[in-house]
Formats: sequence, C-alpha cells, structure tokens
Amino acid sequence: MSASTVLGDAPTRSPLRRWSLLASAAVIWFTLYQLNLRWWNWVVFDWVGLGRDTRVGGSVHFFFYDLTKIALLLTGVIFVVTVLRSFMSVERTRALLGGKREGVGNVAAAGLGVVTPFCSCSAVPAFIGFVAAGVPLGVTLSFLIASPLVNEVAIVLLFGLFGWKVTALYIVGGMVIAIVAGAVLGRLRLERWVEPFVFETRLRGVLIDPSAGLSWDDRLLMGREEVGSILRKIWPYLLAGIGLGAAIHGWLPADWFAEHATGWWGVPLAVAIGVPLYSNAAGVLPLVDALHDKGLPMGTVLAFMMSVVALSTPEMILLRRVLKPKLIATYFGVVAVSILGIGFLFNLVI
Amino acid sequence: MDIKILGSGCTKCQTLERLTHDAVDQLGLDATFEKVTDPAEIASWGVMATPALVIDDTVVVSGRVPSADDVRKLLTAR
Repeated sequence: MSASTVLGDAPTRSPLRRWSLLASAAVIWFTLYQLNLRWWNWVVFDWVGLGRDTRVGGSVHFFFYDLTKIALLLTGVIFVVTVLRSFMSVERTRALLGGKREGVGNVAAAGLGVVTPFCSCSAVPAFIGFVAAGVPLGVTLSFLIASPLVNEVAIVLLFGLFGWKVTALYIVGGMVIAIVAGAVLGRLRLERWVEPFVFETRLRGVLIDPSAGLSWDDRLLMGREEVGSILRKIWPYLLAGIGLGAAIHGWLPADWFAEHATGWWGVPLAVAIGVPLYSNAAGVLPLVDALHDKGLPMGTVLAFMMSVVALSTPEMILLRRVLKPKLIATYFGVVAVSILGIGFLFNLVI
Repeated sequence: MDIKILGSGCTKCQTLERLTHDAVDQLGLDATFEKVTDPAEIASWGVMATPALVIDDTVVVSGRVPSADDVRKLLTAR
C-alpha cells in the first residue's frame, strides 16, 4: 500500500477555503513587512525615546527591526520554498542524474542541489545512494556542495538585505563553485579515497518517492510544519547573529572596515575565519549585514558567508563515514579555493 | 510485525521512533523494533532521506515524519 493514500492530518479543505486562507495570510504578511520599519522607528525613537544617532539607540533599533524583518522573510520564504520543493525529491534527483556524464552532470547536479529538499543529516545515505546508483563521484559532490551553499534561507535573507543583484551574484557564484569544484574533484579520479563499502552497496527494496501523490493540503501543511521546525532549530543562532550585528551596528564607526581592512588579505582572512564557524545562513546574515554596513567589501562578505555555510565541521564529520580523510581534505581545499576565487572576483567586479 | 526505523540520530528520527512506539502500544500490536543507524544499511534500503519507516521489510514512509494518525493507519493496514 502506498503511503500517499493514507495521509491523515492534513485537513481536507474546499479549494475556495484553502486558497482564500492562503491569500489572507499573504496580505497580512505583506502589510507587516511594509510597516515594519515605521513601527520600530516609532517604538524605539518616539515612544521609548532613544536617540537615533546614539550607540544604544542605533543598536536597539537595528536589533528589533532586523529581527522582525528576518523572521517575516524566513516565514514567508521557507513556506513557499517548501511547498514548491514538495514536487521534488532526492529520489527523483538521483534518477535524473543517473545516466549523466561529468560536465553536463555537474551542471545538472548543482541545479538540482539548489531545488531538491535535502537536510545535511541525510548527506551520508544520499551520497551512498547516488554513488551506488551509478552517479559519478564528481557529480555527486557537485550536488552535495550546491545544496547547503545555495539554500533558500540564505537567498531570501540576502535579497531582503541587499537586493536582487547581490542575490543573483550569490546564486550564480554558488553554482559555479559547486560545478567547478565537483568537476575538479571528479577529474582527480578520487574514487580510491571513497570508503570501499560504498561501491559495494546493493540497492534493494521498493523505492518510495516522497514527492508522489501529495495533495495541495498536504503540501501546504508541510510548508507550515517546515517553518515551525526550522525556526525552532535556528532561533538561538538568529538571536546571536542579530545581537552581534546590532552591537557592530551601534558601536563600530562607519566605514571601519574600509579604513582597516583594505588589501588582498581580506578575502583569505574572511574564509579562514568562516571555516571553523558553524552556523546556518540565518545566524550569519545579520552579522554580514552589519559588516557590510561598516564598509567590508561585498566580495569579502560573500566569501565569509559561503565558507561558514558550505564548509561546516559537523557535515565533514558525518561525511567521514563515507569519505577517507584525504578526500575530505581535498574536498575542503577545492571548495575553499573556489570560494576564495569568487570572493576576489566579486571584489573586483562589484 | 517487524518494524525498523531508519535514521542516524537527528531529532526527526527520534520523533518517528517515539510516534511508532506510541502507536504500537495504543493499538496493542505485537511488534519487534529495530533502529538502523548505519548509513550503508539505510542506503541499501533505497532510502536517501531519513527518517524512514520499514514495516515487514517494506519501506512505507521515507524522507519525512508522518503524523501520529498516519503511523496508526500504516500499522493497521498491514
């Protein structure tokens, strides 16, 4: 019996009721988003009376304004993206990538890495599943790199903070990194540095595609649940990131970075600091916003963000089950160098 | 009834395990439980997104945590 016929908790609604509920939620969301700045201006500067140009006033205002804005953006985007992604699955992606060679495969893998719902805890079974199904190693790695790097939370927050141009650059940059790094790693013929059992895994059982057979009510419910689940997971990081961002906003003189951090070593330093930091995009972006505000060049900023998000120690530890240390180190190195490249490039171009 | 929970220990997998235990108790079923955490074995079931629920050697749910209701329905359907 297929699981898709027994979903119980999604309320079955008439289409009219479902879509009008959704439309009203969207209207409320837009209203809150537009009124956000004016509201906090009034609360912090008029009602409580903090000075607009004081350090405390600036920080407090930034903290609450940014928190509301990011919470709204996250809620909206996670919901929409989860609903859209419910049409995709890792199983379908594997089927799509199965026959592809290197080159084309890397591009397809990077693209699919962006749109496929994927959690890093599944990185190891997904890796094994891909390789056992005959997806080339480099193509699999392109998928694994693109997924955390170009994630919807990062994209939305970038858009909210810096506008669509920076966001587009980030997406393109991230995909280029995934494609190039995956292709390079594939070319190096590093299969010998994959734990042997991976190639010996035989797939059995009936393959379930979780994206098949879902109703609209199911998809909308998944969207709501994912918003709750992600917010519950990241809120400490979010508060920490915004708090740190608020402090920088209030206390560092404007253009501090422009005065102290010009020079070619900015990008490598940013990557070096970013690598050991573990956070998700939500925690790092408010920080990134404040840094940029104080004059840190956009290329350096994006390089920092990418190295925090794409090179995460917990994921490396997980991948140790399937990749030998040499491959992990090479993976790390190639991705880090690619990020450096993108950072320098963006600093020149933007 | 043979029940396997496939997952490497993240919160979703623990939730699925708890839900399944509860459902089995509520329905008064006779079932053996196994938690599979080895990623190679998980992948060999054709599962790439954890958590997954396997009942009597058939993968019935993969990639998400079903509701308590779903779990009960899946258990009684076998």
